[in-house]
Amino acid sequence: MTDATMTHAQTPDGSLPRRALSRRVLPYAMLSPAVIVTLAIVFLPMVQTAWMSLHDYVLFRPNDFDWVGLENFRRALGDEVFWISLGHTVIWMATTIPAQLLLGLATAMLLNQPFPWRPVARALIIIPWALPSVVIALMWVWIYDSNYGVANEFLLRLGLIRQAVPWLADPDTALAAIILTLTWQGFPFFAVMILAGLQSIPKSYYEAAAIDGASAWRQFWHITLPGISGVMMTAVLLRLIWVANSFDVIFVMTGGGPGYATYTLPLYAFVKARTNLDFGYGSAIAVLFTLLLMGVVVVYLRRAGKAVQ
Amino acid sequence: MALRRPSALRRILTVDLPMAAILAFTLGPYLWMFLTSVSDQDTLFTEGPSIWNATFENYARLFDTVGFGSNLLDSLIVACGTVAVGLSLSVTAAYAFSRFNFPGKRLLMLQFLLINMFPLVLLILPLFVLFRVLGLLDTHAALIIANSTVAIPFSIWMMVSYMNGIPRSLDEAAMTDGCTRLQALFRVVLPLCLPGIIATGIYIFITSWNEYLYALTLGGRNVRTITVAVQTLIGEYEVQWGLLTAGGIVGALPATVLFLLVQKRLISGLTQGAVKG
Repeated sequence: MTDATMTHAQTPDGSLPRRALSRRVLPYAMLSPAVIVTLAIVFLPMVQTAWMSLHDYVLFRPNDFDWVGLENFRRALGDEVFWISLGHTVIWMATTIPAQLLLGLATAMLLNQPFPWRPVARALIIIPWALPSVVIALMWVWIYDSNYGVANEFLLRLGLIRQAVPWLADPDTALAAIILTLTWQGFPFFAVMILAGLQSIPKSYYEAAAIDGASAWRQFWHITLPGISGVMMTAVLLRLIWVANSFDVIFVMTGGGPGYATYTLPLYAFVKARTNLDFGYGSAIAVLFTLLLMGVVVVYLRRAGKAVQ
Repeated sequence: MALRRPSALRRILTVDLPMAAILAFTLGPYLWMFLTSVSDQDTLFTEGPSIWNATFENYARLFDTVGFGSNLLDSLIVACGTVAVGLSLSVTAAYAFSRFNFPGKRLLMLQFLLINMFPLVLLILPLFVLFRVLGLLDTHAALIIANSTVAIPFSIWMMVSYMNGIPRSLDEAAMTDGCTRLQALFRVVLPLCLPGIIATGIYIFITSWNEYLYALTLGGRNVRTITVAVQTLIGEYEVQWGLLTAGGIVGALPATVLFLLVQKRLISGLTQGAVKG
């Protein structure tokens, strides 16, 4: 029985109108607690952010809430740190996500091969995903430590560097070091998603291609890639949003420093509000970042949607 | 003519070795952290971390002098509270999405998907202002509410996919036998998707346990969760890496263990939507 027939009353007895009404109301009644709560704790605050961004609102002067229109946004566009943060945000997203995707794809392909300890590998590979971001930041700060860090020791022994590098204290290497950490944190997610996609491709496709004499590369290009493109698209989308939120790792590792070397837009908005208590300006940056992110998501969905079809 | 089976040697070179390298990259930092945490503070910088003469002194100090116990309790309260709120609000909503057709269904479902699309910074500032007005700052309730902003849409999404896996004919059979809709939900459907609900609950628990930015901004003094405590350690005990890494291990352990327990079911629930849609 389909739900179309279920939602319409079909009781033979006389109480039809009442039961029909209750059936029509029931789904809304069941939904209302969740909808009302999310309206109150998600949508209302979001509107409030937009509202705050149009005001001069500094928390240590809580009684001043002056309407300034788009002044905060104009201030942002003239703010050098805003542009630095935007540049880092672009670099950060444009390197982290492809790196995670490629490493995740390679891992998924490997995990899809039969080998004796596959279940163990499959379970262990996702561990970074389950770790608190603070702990991730902590252990990578220790790894990058300029005096006793294992990264320096490892590279020194291999002869790749001549002397210890202060990875997180040097403005030239700090952003790259953080990108490596974020890649480490996020690639297992891609591996798991893509693996699920790989397993949904029927084996017979490969058998047929092998009979026709297709090389491994051609099989990958014509069977594997089209088979997982949908999953990859979803994974990249989820990741885009997720990476945008993962500034907590940066916040703990460097706090945006040295100087402004690892500032990104969400971090800048957060720091503005947290340390300067400038909630009006912080909100404006948060709104700008959200709009930019939405723009990227929309363009991405259009492009990727076409490519997948 | 099936696919050719590659020889064992070739398999080791092309599959086992690369896989082992990737796993070493994945687990290396974690193991290194553990190794540091069981090393003696005095010899850590002279001899480096070592597994020989391992000591649990750092862990003892963590609970005796730093007071990690109360932080663990705070994290536990917040995480369990979020699980309770997230699951209880989403059960009926997920059932409605899974079993009924009604005007506005697509729009409402889209709404719950969209919530997850907004960056966290957009929410953290107004929630701070809101809780300040309500006097909720630095309470467990504040952190539970903040974590629920992520937990509710997520658990609705997961539970719809679990409930779709349970045949509608079961509800109908129950209702023919005289159950009401709600009875059918609570007596028939819920017990059947219990494993899925448990997995969802555990995932919510893990994300709330790991959450840091809300915990820092909306709590921090009276209610100090484990993540904030670990971050404070970094500031206070800058060079005592034995102690710091012990804190990291303790903070990460509950989530890691729980995750390994439920990862199979969780991943199938998470990826189902992506693979099909």
